[in-house]
Amino acid sequence: MFVQQLMNGVILGSTYALIALGYTMVYGIIELINFAHGEIYMFGAFVGLLLVTVLDIPFFLAFLLAMALGSLLGVTVEYLAYRPLRRSSRLSALISAIGASFFLSNLALLIMGSQPFSFPNPFEAKIYHTPLFIISRVEITVLLSSLILMIALTFFVQRTKIGKAMRATAQDKDTASLMGINIDRIITITFAVGSALGAAAGVMVGIYFRTVTPTMGFMPGLKGFVAAVLGGIGNIPGAMLGGILLGIAEVMGAAYISSQYRDAVAFALLIIILLFKPAGLLGRPAQEKV
Amino acid sequence: MLSPYYIQLVILVGINTIMASSLNLIIGYTGQLSIGHAAFMSIGAYASALVTVHFNFPFIASLLFGALVATLFGLLIGAPTLKLKGDYLAIATLGFCEIVRIVFLNLDITGGSVGLRGIPKKTTLLTVVVAVLITIFVLNRIINSRIGRALIAIREDETAAESMGINTTYYKVICFGVGAFFGGLGGGLFAHFFRFIQPNSFGFMCSIEHLCMVVLGGMGSMWGAFIGATAITAIPELLRFLGDFADYRMVIYGAILVIMMRVRPQGIIGQRLSADQVSIGEKLFNRWAGMGTGGKRG
Repeated sequence: MFVQQLMNGVILGSTYALIALGYTMVYGIIELINFAHGEIYMFGAFVGLLLVTVLDIPFFLAFLLAMALGSLLGVTVEYLAYRPLRRSSRLSALISAIGASFFLSNLALLIMGSQPFSFPNPFEAKIYHTPLFIISRVEITVLLSSLILMIALTFFVQRTKIGKAMRATAQDKDTASLMGINIDRIITITFAVGSALGAAAGVMVGIYFRTVTPTMGFMPGLKGFVAAVLGGIGNIPGAMLGGILLGIAEVMGAAYISSQYRDAVAFALLIIILLFKPAGLLGRPAQEKV
Repeated sequence: MLSPYYIQLVILVGINTIMASSLNLIIGYTGQLSIGHAAFMSIGAYASALVTVHFNFPFIASLLFGALVATLFGLLIGAPTLKLKGDYLAIATLGFCEIVRIVFLNLDITGGSVGLRGIPKKTTLLTVVVAVLITIFVLNRIINSRIGRALIAIREDETAAESMGINTTYYKVICFGVGAFFGGLGGGLFAHFFRFIQPNSFGFMCSIEHLCMVVLGGMGSMWGAFIGATAITAIPELLRFLGDFADYRMVIYGAILVIMMRVRPQGIIGQRLSADQVSIGEKLFNRWAGMGTGGKRG
């Protein structure tokens, strides 16, 4: 039973980790909480759903297309709502981010209505029994695809030239631009990659929980951010760790304490981290530069 | 004479003015982004309604009780988060607002999702007007005092304020507590006017509505909060003849926030946040001091 719950936590947590990566990458580069990230996750789920049900596209192709369109939306949001405010106060940028998030979720509500849509199961419902836990084929898919995406991201950030430029930009924008890095381009790429991961998480949650609604981005968006803070905001391995830990904490909380308050677990965790270790598990305390 | 419809509209404008001006103290004057102001309204509404219904508190006492309970929660949530940079406050308040909603949905005493019914109607036009005047008077006194100057200094530059000897956390927590107090007061008035409250009336949408009032009217301006509250409350009513405006309202709120920040971040009549305009002077200073270009702010 305990191992089963742990497994469920890891699966849920891997989707949080994917969302958290989008937050942490954007925060690492422009120090802005991208509130619209939860809506990109919702958008990804809807694109996946519509491609599979209306256009009858094979699931994995739909998955990739949802990621591509999700990253397009992320870049558009950055271009329209964040880029003009790059030189403004942080408060203005944050308010703009909240406005963008609210705009997108309510636009989706207006277009799609508030009825939940059910995601068709793309695989035959096969369940595997192991000595310690049972796992379905959908769960294996979710787990494996998030693992592959996380490995791909780590490779991208650590081994490619663009990844190097991203890390340089996160460290010091001005010096990076003096070294010939096009900051605007790096920010666009960061939003594109982060949003693609968010949209991927949306599709995975779509097949995992089988329902898609216009307001589904709100809570996971909040939790993704908590996961990013838990791991240390701006820290990529931290976001992965934070997401998995948050998923485990939530499933354990729902199983052993009270399922009505499962959404409260993430928030309680946030307060505890802020109280005792504001830099997160893997983050280093930021030095204030004056 | 005013018809009941207009009286209700004026009362709503009054309650929203209290909500917007108390949020304005937190956002506009102190520069801390709180997006869970509805949580304090909710706590104030439930606390005051419950003591009226169960213990038969006099109206004023129940309003005060609601406001004080809201303050208590404001301090509890503010103290850990306000020590850190502003971004965390936004997420913490957003989460807090959700948690308050979930808790009220699941408690027995609040009636759960059915809501709390049978609250006696005690809020009148007169009480709302008096409450608005008191709120604006008190907030105005705070802003024009030592505390207010400290808050504005924190908004302008937290590091500089700290180096001037201002205990920034202390003042931020005070500001948050005062904001929560008046938020709770607004909630109490709301509960005793509509006689029925349910947790979902005080969700994220409600918080965004308050934020929109502040941003539209003008951050850091008392008149701005009033104008914003009036506009956001009255315009949907005036546009009712155009059909079901409510469907588009939320989308428009989102758009207002983004567009205002781009076009006119100071709102209709607010003060311009100086961080928006110092960049050149700051750059020159930093160049002179040999410390990079101040791009960190961006």
